[in-house]
Amino acid sequence: MERDNHQEGEAEGVRICDPPSESNPPADTLATSLSLLGNHMFPDPVERNDGTAVNKDESADSLPSDVTAEEESLDTEPHLNQVTKLDTEEEEETENSDCQDNVSTQLSDTGTEDAAIDNDQGDSGEFVVTMLAKAKLEEQGIGVKGRSSPLLEAGTPESPAFMSHRDEDVTADSWRQHRKHVFVLSEAGKPIYSRYGSEEALSSTMGVMMALVSFVQSGDNIIRSVYSEKHTVVFLQKGPLVLVCVSSSRQSERQLRGELLYVYYQIISMLTQASISRIFEHKKNYDLRRLLAGSEKILDGLLNLVDSDPSFLLEAVHCLPLASSLRDSLSQILQKAITPNLVFSILIARNQLLTIVQEKTVIEDTRLEPADVHLLLNLIGASSAFQAGEIWTPICLPLFNPDCYFYAYISYLDPPECTVCLLLLSTDKEAFYAVADCKRKIEEAMVAQNSLSLIAKVQSYSVSQVGVSDLRHFMYKPFDVPDNYRQLTQFTSPEMEAPYGSEEEKMRLLDLYRYMHSRIHSTSRPLKLIYHVAERETLLAWVTSKFELYTCFSPLVTKACAITAITKLLRWIKKEEDRLFIRYPPKYSTTPNPSKSSRGGKSDQQDSTDNGFLSLL
Amino acid sequence: MGENLRGGAQLQNDTLRKSLRTLKVKLVLLGSSGVGKSSLALRFSKDEFRRTSPTVGCAYLTRVVHLRNVTLRLEIWDTAGQEKYHSVTPLYYRGAQAALLVYDISKRETFIRAQVWLKELEKQYIPGSTVIWLVGNKGDLATHRQVSVEEGQSLANDRGLFFTEASALSGDQINELLLAIAHRVYECIGVQQEGLSEWKETPLVDLRNRDKSSRLASCC
Repeated sequence: MERDNHQEGEAEGVRICDPPSESNPPADTLATSLSLLGNHMFPDPVERNDGTAVNKDESADSLPSDVTAEEESLDTEPHLNQVTKLDTEEEEETENSDCQDNVSTQLSDTGTEDAAIDNDQGDSGEFVVTMLAKAKLEEQGIGVKGRSSPLLEAGTPESPAFMSHRDEDVTADSWRQHRKHVFVLSEAGKPIYSRYGSEEALSSTMGVMMALVSFVQSGDNIIRSVYSEKHTVVFLQKGPLVLVCVSSSRQSERQLRGELLYVYYQIISMLTQASISRIFEHKKNYDLRRLLAGSEKILDGLLNLVDSDPSFLLEAVHCLPLASSLRDSLSQILQKAITPNLVFSILIARNQLLTIVQEKTVIEDTRLEPADVHLLLNLIGASSAFQAGEIWTPICLPLFNPDCYFYAYISYLDPPECTVCLLLLSTDKEAFYAVADCKRKIEEAMVAQNSLSLIAKVQSYSVSQVGVSDLRHFMYKPFDVPDNYRQLTQFTSPEMEAPYGSEEEKMRLLDLYRYMHSRIHSTSRPLKLIYHVAERETLLAWVTSKFELYTCFSPLVTKACAITAITKLLRWIKKEEDRLFIRYPPKYSTTPNPSKSSRGGKSDQQDSTDNGFLSLL
Repeated sequence: MGENLRGGAQLQNDTLRKSLRTLKVKLVLLGSSGVGKSSLALRFSKDEFRRTSPTVGCAYLTRVVHLRNVTLRLEIWDTAGQEKYHSVTPLYYRGAQAALLVYDISKRETFIRAQVWLKELEKQYIPGSTVIWLVGNKGDLATHRQVSVEEGQSLANDRGLFFTEASALSGDQINELLLAIAHRVYECIGVQQEGLSEWKETPLVDLRNRDKSSRLASCC
């Protein structure tokens, strides 16, 4: 595992990117970073466009090849060396061909740029530095003092889920030492959400964040991240919302930004994108907490899940392993219990998918994105109220359509244990009774087939079932192959068992996986295969056109052994895939006139975006 | 009391006795976030108390109440007090025969908010079609009381509402309240022609039969 000091080799710096202009690919593709080591100067934003621009985003391929990721290699290099030194890491890398070639020219460009700044931008440069210095103070406040290892802290989750972090003292060291802070604010700088501590107490901190964002914006730029010795601060601007993550975990900027995006989506799922934009169009300094009141727990729950559940990292859904005959019979039960405008029927046990059945025309048009499923699962997990009765609630699936509501019917099928949950999504808000009727049918059929007791026996599997010695854990995510195109992206993974039984060790393994993931998905030097010898285990990550695989072995396994083991593992997965995955998601047709319920043009059957929020202003 | 109260769990057994008519009553709980609507609903339906999380959307629970000559199936719509759901709340209270305006006796602003809900309801209100009940919850917090019994009572008198103070935590006045609501609804609305519709269990025989036949088919 990387050392605590691993970022020391990195320059402290600010990354900024030009806002997307018409000619650019849609989002954040051009980015520039500069090191604030020397005179802490700031480049002229205009100047930057002609050659020093650095791509550091996922859409690497969409850019001309001469604009490459010099900066990433700058900052991965030292860290690479270090890791190699400390951990005897070996790598088999497949690098992007043009990745490293023009580092030198880029560097000289940077030199010129610095010179240019001295002339042009002295004033604003200094202002930014002042602002950053302020931010840095805040940051140092956030965590330098008394910090030990982030892993240690991760291992001691400071409270059970039901305890509120809202009352935390934001001036206390314990507050600063949280591994990952998340803040949401409006463009007017109004606090909307903070993971720890109350928003009111943090309004000045958030004010500084907003000042940074808007200052950089005034130079036609977008602030993306700030690096300090121990913290990474990542900014994400989405419409009128600004999301900020202050992390002392070793996660990559891209992973952190992905997590902020989940937070944004969860907010959208409750309010819709359209109504948020409209609210802020009408009233710039609207206090969105009014509308999110009572939902903090859902966001807290999401962030805890993001930290502890690899589904979010892999952007895939974990389904419960189930004999395919049982899964098929459950699907058939769902398939038979339908009503007009029902579009998704989902059966969940212990927060994992059992089966999902979709309306025919919907699945033809699009597929349910894993992120949407994650949000639904989080909503169910975060609210104990569901156990009391049947729930009928508007919910937006942001990746499916960020501006419209579905109506979700949620009910547990096995009270009082409440492990098996049925989720039915309809586009008709008046359909409660019809949909509730579907539930009774499903309940009846499940009783007739004794499904509940069969489900109760289902367990996740142990890695020992694979029969490969030295293999401790793995995560396997198959990619779409032509015959299951448009299927929900899934992954499979055994239980985390000893030595990863404790919460600390689980988190440590997840951190190792996150590190491997960031190396595999590095935008500057994506790798296909990494063999990583860490202190207490050896990991091998491998991505091909068919799958993405992360494996964890006992520490002394050789590379050759690991490869053999993986061959065996892949064979085992192939043999078990009908059990491990939802292979052929069934469909039904509920709409006489199929074109209506499709995603098509935000169809008239979905609730219109006018949900009356404006009347509240 | 000659009547008996049974939880929703025993619903199926109860409905086997076809001697009595079963009428459907839609009951909706309205009020600010955190006044205890879900706790009341849980008391009504299962006579339990649990710490709950904020309700998402609306929770639907049922409770069967046997009156002397009729059985009422209360369909309880426990709405979320959160503002983000207010736009959809009319969906839940439309057509309700009973509306409970809940406030927390230890928080004055919830009492004021209850009056806002009342105005909202009155917009849709057809006189004689809805029994509106003002409920001061958290009677157990009487030491922190911010709204006096008299205030509650006088608001109720002024606006023609029924009024009760109760405690979902201790269970105090819960059964009395439920029975009183049942009686009122039956007296005010149930006696009218078509005032309440009869509840029938949805026949599920079709599905069972189909399942049987398909299972047989697969055996062969």
